[in-house]
Amino acid sequence: MADSATLEAVNIDQDAGDFTYPEDYEHDAGYGLTTETIDYISDIKKEADWIREFRHRALKVFNDKPMPTHWASKDLENIVFDNIRYYLSKGQKPTRSWDEVPDDVKETFERLGIPEKERKFLAGVEAQFDSEAAYSNVKEELEKEGVIFVNSTEGLREHPELFRKWFGKVIPTGDNKFSALNSAVFSGGSFIYVPPGVKVAHPLQAYFRINAENFGQFERTLIIVDEGAEVTYMEGCTAPKFETATLHSAVVELVAMKDAKIQYITVQNWSNNVFNLVTKRGMAHENAEIRWIDCNIGSRLTMKYPGVIMKGRKARGEVISIALANDGQHQDTGAKMIHAADETTSNVVSKSISVGEGRSTYRGQVHIPKHLKGCKNNTECDALLINSNSRTDTYPAITVRGNQHATQHEASVSQVSEEQIFYMQQRGLSEGEAMSLSVNGFVNDLVREFPMEYSVELKRLIDMEMEGSVG
Amino acid sequence: MPRKERRNWLNFNNMSQTLNIQNLHASVDGNEILKGLTLEVPKGEVHAIMGPNGSGKSTLSKVLAGHEDYEVSEGLVTMDGVDLLELEIDERSRAGLFLAFQYPHEIPGVTNANFLRAALQARLPKGEEIDAVGFYKDMYAKMDSLNMDRKFTGRAVNDGFSGGEKKRNEILQMMMLDPNYAILDETDSGLDIDALKIVAEGVNRMRSPERGFLVITHYQRLLDYIVPDVVHVLFDGRIIKTGGKELALELEEKGYDWVTQELAPA
Repeated sequence: MADSATLEAVNIDQDAGDFTYPEDYEHDAGYGLTTETIDYISDIKKEADWIREFRHRALKVFNDKPMPTHWASKDLENIVFDNIRYYLSKGQKPTRSWDEVPDDVKETFERLGIPEKERKFLAGVEAQFDSEAAYSNVKEELEKEGVIFVNSTEGLREHPELFRKWFGKVIPTGDNKFSALNSAVFSGGSFIYVPPGVKVAHPLQAYFRINAENFGQFERTLIIVDEGAEVTYMEGCTAPKFETATLHSAVVELVAMKDAKIQYITVQNWSNNVFNLVTKRGMAHENAEIRWIDCNIGSRLTMKYPGVIMKGRKARGEVISIALANDGQHQDTGAKMIHAADETTSNVVSKSISVGEGRSTYRGQVHIPKHLKGCKNNTECDALLINSNSRTDTYPAITVRGNQHATQHEASVSQVSEEQIFYMQQRGLSEGEAMSLSVNGFVNDLVREFPMEYSVELKRLIDMEMEGSVG
Repeated sequence: MPRKERRNWLNFNNMSQTLNIQNLHASVDGNEILKGLTLEVPKGEVHAIMGPNGSGKSTLSKVLAGHEDYEVSEGLVTMDGVDLLELEIDERSRAGLFLAFQYPHEIPGVTNANFLRAALQARLPKGEEIDAVGFYKDMYAKMDSLNMDRKFTGRAVNDGFSGGEKKRNEILQMMMLDPNYAILDETDSGLDIDALKIVAEGVNRMRSPERGFLVITHYQRLLDYIVPDVVHVLFDGRIIKTGGKELALELEEKGYDWVTQELAPA
């Protein structure tokens, strides 16, 4: 049993999960961001004029917008945009079978410890290897049902009318500085369309990782699920460690038409130097449902507030999130629930763990205007502090006008007590095992929301993070 | 005890199958609670420790388990010849020491089944996995014997359990971990008579020549059901009287004042 002094002695194994491979890029836009960078990207991708113009407009918006440091972390000022390469590509064509997947990608799965039997789940994987998809395997049955699952570059090229109709509609370019940046330089990400009434039985998966120093990854994902259709999408990330900061700034837009359901699952494990500044939002039409299930581990600073705009009557939005902040990490996460129709309901459940000098922040926005009736919101945010120097903050902003709504907000901050660890150690668990099990217990009800193979990986990631967090 | 003497004593005790406590002094926050406690529990025996509030009963159980709030300033504790005080809390557990807590702690979100599995897994060599089917079979059989509903496997450890459920759960853990020495710290507190009987039956079934018990209790009632071989009276951090099971009855009848007055100089 450690006393409080030894509990403070945090010694995380930072090398767990650190790995990198030789890089060999066919296309490289070089360092810095100018109109030439934009043209370089558009040229390589052989893009239509409207998308080139879209990028140029976005660059202007990005340059004009100030950093949101009046409310967000000052650490944002440490991003040097001129030191980032905005486009790198291996020039690979998407491959179809597992055999064709590059060995180093397979090695990544190996290092992640995904057991052999779970790799079969990866058969339906779309793995983004740096800017372009290294591997994609859309199951034939999906194609037969008319489901489109391609990378965004291909989506733009092959399905322009569908793409253009919804692109940038849920998250406008000027939503924030980083959505503007993404709109200017995006590449990679997925484009999914599910036709009316099609319920996709297996989750569609995408693995992302960063593999070049100073390489910013700006994937753009657009998922459109038509009337009465359903899909689950999963993305997971693990990044190798580099000496200088890496920027990751994705934009994900979801559109759920009438009676549609979308579940978007993320497990992220960024290395300590990554700025992960992501904008994710869905639009739910009448009686549609959008659920964001989100797990953030690692990174230097993560700012991510998945949102749902409930645009149609009886639409439902949900955000379930787990964040783990270790030494030198700040998880600034939360949810945005915009009620824009009668009888819409939203639910936010957030759990954060702060280890060592890690800091976790919950930032939530719930908006229910006066002219609506019968809207409901439930928000729960629980924080667990492991060490005495760990930090957590909660900033809920709940605006409810009118008197025909129901809202509920609960927040808690707790610590794993020394008596609990003593009890567990008396049963034979080491102090580290006891702490790991306690932390997994804290998030257990949320981990259950993840599909089986992800919950196993999640548990492993949490164990890895808790290694050496005590005595 | 000088170093050489201590080593000889340890070597000698290596042969013995006992939990041996010699002249144990322990304090918490600078206050000495145990003031030279000496006691030996051989395997195969059930020893009861009785004593009034504040005599040091719970301190003894915490010190033996290795709680860091308690500082041992003097004395020696060996378990089958192993210097217990040199081991970490979890090492003591894996070496075969079990403490049934007076106030079992809650572990939110961790199910009983997962907790027990982790505890058993911790006893296996690295790379060896516990057999899940055998584990559940064993656990269910033991739960049945304690009249525990099987739904308890999926409930978080002690979370929202009644006092009686917590105590039953302690006995379940003891049965699963199969210790060489078990300390029951006021296991009777908070139990109604039916629960007490079930818990006592569970303990009695575990009595064996291979296991020693140290039953700490304030009241004689528990000892009606778990009949001890030896009864010790703890007072002011020392064992002041040792006798057979009839000593418990005598204490119940005459109260603790009787022993303490007997000790007092005339």
